[in-house]
Amino acid sequence: MSTSTQPVTGGETAAGPARHRVRLSEGARAERRLGWLLCAPAVIVMIAVTAYPVAYAVYLSLERYDLRFPNQAKFIGFSNYSAVLSSPYWWQALKVTAIITVVSVAVELVLGMLLALLMYRTLFGRGSVRTTILVPYGIVTVAAAFSWQYAWTPSEGYLAAAFGSGAPLTKTTAAIAIIILAEIWKTTPFMALLLMAGLSLVPEDLLKAAKVDGATAWQRFTMVTLPLMKPAILVALLFRTLDAFRVFDNIFILTAGGHSTGSVSILGYDNLFTALNLGIGSAISILIFICVAIIAFLFIKGFGAAVPGTSTGR
Amino acid sequence: MATTARQKAGWGLANTVAIVLALIPVLWIVSLSFKDPSSITDPTFIPVKWTWGNYSGIFHTSDFIRPLINSIGIGLIATFISVLLASMAAYAVARLRFPGKNVLIGMSLLIAMFPLVSLVTPMFNIERSLGLFNTWPGLIIPYVAFGLPLGIYTLSAFFREIPWELEKAAKMDGATPFQAFTKVIAPLAAPGMVTTAILVFLFCWNEFLLAISLTSTTAARTAPAALAFFTGNSQFAVPTGSISAAAVVITIPIIIFVLFFQRRIVAGLTSGAVKG
Repeated sequence: MSTSTQPVTGGETAAGPARHRVRLSEGARAERRLGWLLCAPAVIVMIAVTAYPVAYAVYLSLERYDLRFPNQAKFIGFSNYSAVLSSPYWWQALKVTAIITVVSVAVELVLGMLLALLMYRTLFGRGSVRTTILVPYGIVTVAAAFSWQYAWTPSEGYLAAAFGSGAPLTKTTAAIAIIILAEIWKTTPFMALLLMAGLSLVPEDLLKAAKVDGATAWQRFTMVTLPLMKPAILVALLFRTLDAFRVFDNIFILTAGGHSTGSVSILGYDNLFTALNLGIGSAISILIFICVAIIAFLFIKGFGAAVPGTSTGR
Repeated sequence: MATTARQKAGWGLANTVAIVLALIPVLWIVSLSFKDPSSITDPTFIPVKWTWGNYSGIFHTSDFIRPLINSIGIGLIATFISVLLASMAAYAVARLRFPGKNVLIGMSLLIAMFPLVSLVTPMFNIERSLGLFNTWPGLIIPYVAFGLPLGIYTLSAFFREIPWELEKAAKMDGATPFQAFTKVIAPLAAPGMVTTAILVFLFCWNEFLLAISLTSTTAARTAPAALAFFTGNSQFAVPTGSISAAAVVITIPIIIFVLFFQRRIVAGLTSGAVKG
């Protein structure tokens, strides 16, 4: 959105019948000026809060900058990156994050689809199901995380009492499973709502026609509904994968990253507030940013997820 | 297709399972918040001894009241600014032709996907040097920025549906531009703006990572952040009861929103994603 490039990017406005740039009418010029003016405040805030800090983080990541010794800040090139990438903590955190992301998104896709079908097809009580599932979506993650933590506290929690042996939150595998459970409970409703919107795009006639032709319910689902829902599924997966990759709140409350359960976000936070090392912390920030960019790129280019909004014309 | 009793029972069962699973963790924390300190270590789902003590406890300490005020204040201000700026941008996206529109939408999308943790380290340093660390504006500014993509998305989807010809019609019938806006367009745009405001407020109310990273005392710490550092109202009390009560208190606004605006929230969450 740089206004300085206006003579070049003007092509889109003029992309009517005439490809070559005709002189814009007074009205059209006023319209684009108003458009830019209306967007400017939003753009300025978004750039100030994201692009600028990220650029600053890139700069910090190339420096040795320890908050305990701020006077010894010094340009050291890519040493912070090699320090992070050769550290077992980074790879452990990345592995935990990947496991949480893949398992929770996969389970959520299945459960979300079931829930979407339920909300879309159920014969009665549609409103009450929709209202109820918005509670997990809306609830403060930290509040829900405390509920899960107390539920699994040995001899105090109902889940520990029901399944209990020992303290599950102090064992890596069990703790990660509980983190995944908390994530799934919290975000399946969001997945279900996106999928339900996709379901509503499947024409009822098509399903009826398939039924007349003798397709079973399962065949109708896999051969009619699913292919038509593909765009909605990909968008839901993209949003949830990126969201799951950033997992922080649940882990912070449930285990605080102890017993090798920390995600990359936890690692970035810890590095700032316990190690007080801005250089390393910034390198971690940039690496996480790159991971997210790769995931988004894979979804959009690899699977052809039509990102909402990019085809504004619709 | 006649519905049989068996079908009805099946759907009823499925409904019940979904509702119960969605509510159990919430009911558990409600139950904990009413448990008497002597029975709080009891794993029963329903309290044996009921008490209001946990609630009166947290409302007698500024450790909770102050963060609650911060949460409400920061949430409302950030929501207001966000929705205002997003409406302007969304109006432009929905109604005007200007180059750079796709850049704006692409940028909003990038920011919606942005990993917040990448901001923590640089923002911490920037805010300290600007004197914004541990202040309301220090949280409001990033919340506005992250509310904007959500707002621009949802609002431009809503604004595209508004029959703007009505504005022209009203003017032809002799309405002034101001009347045309307040009497015709504003009422049509209001539902979309309310929906957007709810979604942005929920985001601010829920946000945790920046809330713990960019604050250090209860001067600006929001309720979820305060909850994580809660130590109970006396140093001997186990904070389980207090934390549970505080968790229930910050969940109440969400329950109210959900009960009153269920349709709006569902429409808002799905509008941007599917229509495109």
